[in-house]
Amino acid sequence: MSGFDLIKRLFRHKSVAFSLIVILVVVAAALMASWIAPYDPNKQFYDGLTMEGAPLPPNSRFLLGTDLLGRDLLSRLIYGAQTSLIIGIAANGIAILIGTLVGVTAGFVRGWVGNLLMRLTDLMMAFPALLLAIALAAILEPSLWIVALVIAMVNWVQVARVIYSETIAIASREFIAVERTLGASTLRILFSHLLPHLLPTIMVWATLGISTTVLLEATLSFLGVGVQPPTPSWGNIIFESQTYFTSAFWLVLFPGVLIVLLSLSFNLVGDALRDELDPSLKGRD
Amino acid sequence: MAVYILRRLAYAVLILLGVSFITYLLLYLIPADPARQLAGRSATPETVANIRAQLGLDLPFYQQYFRYLWDLLQGDLGRSYIQRTEVSALIGSRLVASSELLVWGIGFELLIGISLGVLAALKRNTAVDRALMTLSFVGVSSPHFIASMLFLYLFAVNLDWFPLGGYGTVHHILLPALTLGLLGSGWYSRMVRSSMIEVLQQDFIRTARSKGLTRARVIFRHVLPNAIIPVIPMVAIDIGIFIGGLVVVESVFGWPGLGQLAWQAIQRVDIPVIVGVTMISAVFIVFANLLADLLVPLVDPRINLDKT
Repeated sequence: MSGFDLIKRLFRHKSVAFSLIVILVVVAAALMASWIAPYDPNKQFYDGLTMEGAPLPPNSRFLLGTDLLGRDLLSRLIYGAQTSLIIGIAANGIAILIGTLVGVTAGFVRGWVGNLLMRLTDLMMAFPALLLAIALAAILEPSLWIVALVIAMVNWVQVARVIYSETIAIASREFIAVERTLGASTLRILFSHLLPHLLPTIMVWATLGISTTVLLEATLSFLGVGVQPPTPSWGNIIFESQTYFTSAFWLVLFPGVLIVLLSLSFNLVGDALRDELDPSLKGRD
Repeated sequence: MAVYILRRLAYAVLILLGVSFITYLLLYLIPADPARQLAGRSATPETVANIRAQLGLDLPFYQQYFRYLWDLLQGDLGRSYIQRTEVSALIGSRLVASSELLVWGIGFELLIGISLGVLAALKRNTAVDRALMTLSFVGVSSPHFIASMLFLYLFAVNLDWFPLGGYGTVHHILLPALTLGLLGSGWYSRMVRSSMIEVLQQDFIRTARSKGLTRARVIFRHVLPNAIIPVIPMVAIDIGIFIGGLVVVESVFGWPGLGQLAWQAIQRVDIPVIVGVTMISAVFIVFANLLADLLVPLVDPRINLDKT
């Protein structure tokens, strides 16, 4: 199935088509932030606050209202999309890389190395991911890249376990044994047979993982150990305004809706990808 | 069976040792000097050196770790940087509140997840099924802090059905527990749905139907008990994610449990407390998994332990 066919098939489901559009819009907003954002996200407007110093609700000048410092919320949300996507892609990329490396090594080499690696994933699974990430972030003093690294350090585990069982299943199939008898080297088997068969699984997890990453980044930022202000992130916008959420609901509502929408979209697309790509699910629903 | 139990127990102990090693690394290999942190800003170099010797920070690495392990075995989790009390005492005072919320939350999670999963399986491939499955994704895609704030705003501030957070009565526990249950139920409803569908297709269900049993009897007596077996190990696996949610929900609702303790510790960078809560949660997760490993063979006679 070519890439184009795949996209066409994904668009058949209304919810998936909607998700793909959400993702496209967020990516476009992040890429073109400096052109489409109406204002500088860090500029504090004198007329951005009421006479009493409270944030402004949505109006014609500030389309989504202003925050506690009189900054334009829409501009902050557009730049926040950059933060979410940078962390989503970087953190998840590292997690997929480590997970695949560990999973393939453990599943292909087996023996004590494989055993040790998989026991390590058992150990990591014993920790609540959020708490471990909080502890790491608190110790390392968070910046954008540290947050990405921390998320990767807790998220690779799931990937490693899936890739591990997949590797074992593929490696035990006949065509690998045939290749071996024909004298193919280990590296050849690894790169021209094993990895191509793992690719669908990796693609599915790369998509689903962004959803987890977006949620984790938002939660860490909300707790104050994620991306640090003034760099806008959807999570830290809520963190900064949480005490005002009964009087200035827009400061929580808009970033909140964006976080849920983006995470939901990656989940729905990942799930649809799994249905399309995973041969073991064919014929079931 | 005895061999299986012993092996699981031994493995749990091994994992706990690993947990202690990681928490040790978190506590003592950090950039900030723990002795300086404990001594406070105005401490003299002598005081810092004293605390350093007291904590054994001048010992070689492996000796420090054994010291830490020995303290752990005696229930000593170190001291809070800020509150100047034992971390174990802080944690002990919060355990009951968190356990209450944990039990209620998992109860709601299972109740909502299993019933929606059964409903979706019975209405398979209809609009009801599709709506429920999309909703389950909305649940798992929503961060706990957003759902907590939304529910608090809707049901406590606007509708005034529930108190604005706090601890005490059943009335206080309902909203945070429902938040945890609703968000967590998504994975359960998806799993119960597919497991129900699988069981529904099996021969013994056809036999039960052809015997003339009522639909309700077939579903509740024959399908459901088989379909919910995979829920048991899933609860154990899920507890890690659930505890993450607990931290956030407790801090938004002002629930005086371990999660709120961790949240307060985060605000003051009180690392021993954060690591202590992480450690206790990990111990809890290891035991939950051990329990699930021991329970599943009991409820599912198809699993033959002599062969594993």
